[in-house]
Amino acid sequence: EVPDISFELLHGEIVRALKRFNEEEIGNSVEQKLDRMGFRVGQCWIERLTKDRVRFKDELEVVKYICKEFWMSLFNKQIDNLRTNHQGVYVLQDHKFHFFPQMSVTSQYSEEAPAFLAYPCGMMRGALVALGINSTVACEITSMPSCKFTITTLPA
Amino acid sequence: MSRQSRPSETRKISSELFTLTYGALVSQLVKDYESDAEINKQLEKMGYNIGVRLIEDLLARTNVGRCQDFRETADVIAKIGFRTYLGITPTVTRWSAAMDEFSLVLDSNPLADFVELPEDHHKLLYSNILCGVLRGALEMVHQEVEVSFLRDTLRGDDATEIRLKFIKKLEDALPAGEE
Repeated sequence: EVPDISFELLHGEIVRALKRFNEEEIGNSVEQKLDRMGFRVGQCWIERLTKDRVRFKDELEVVKYICKEFWMSLFNKQIDNLRTNHQGVYVLQDHKFHFFPQMSVTSQYSEEAPAFLAYPCGMMRGALVALGINSTVACEITSMPSCKFTITTLPA
Repeated sequence: MSRQSRPSETRKISSELFTLTYGALVSQLVKDYESDAEINKQLEKMGYNIGVRLIEDLLARTNVGRCQDFRETADVIAKIGFRTYLGITPTVTRWSAAMDEFSLVLDSNPLADFVELPEDHHKLLYSNILCGVLRGALEMVHQEVEVSFLRDTLRGDDATEIRLKFIKKLEDALPAGEE
């Protein structure tokens, strides 16, 4: 077992290191790199999670699975609230998102926040693609540690 | 900066996510840097930065006092450091006669679970971040050490072994005239 603090320290340093590398101008933007890293991890994760599961009947069922099983397996809690306009937009709210507990409630880190959210956004997008849904995923911190993910599905 | 107090033993994030995230980092570095030597260097540097933060957390959550000698330091690293942050307890072994060098032998390595090294990266020290963590953490408690990977099961060795060598005690930089 590895405690959360180890993950926090690792993830935090990855974000900061990529920023340093970027100053040395290597490749894509920090957010893009983190998003891609998350994408691959998310894909791999959901493939293992769903390998013995029956097929999903529709998009909504997939998104619900992401909110419950997927989130649970990663963060040991479910997404707190799901809303949809039934036209391919889903808004997922996690009132206690555990990705950045080190970032305290102060606004000191609000500038850094987008980079800290790129990795989990990528994970969600990767998981959705693995289940047959192309999408864009955006994330914003509504008020720390509350977080809102907006999934906009794209035509296959 | 004030930090919120954290409940000490709540495990919220999956530890496999830790392993996969580290793997994603190494693949990104493999893409960004040409040589294994450069990747190893970057991993060590990242580890150093983590170590500097990690020691703060360690001192806050345990009541480890000042170590009397390097042997005690070795014990704290293995039995408290590794156990707390990676959930493993390496064996402290192969002391030098002068008692200033020892090895940590890892039976398992949570960073490298399910990992296979790519064919053309024979010099890649996959878990080199650990060397940096140790160097950074120890520097914060005034010990300058040299840390290196001697053996790695990922590279076909029979064990994973990290070597630590004590270099010198770092003095607090006090302004002239004090103490």
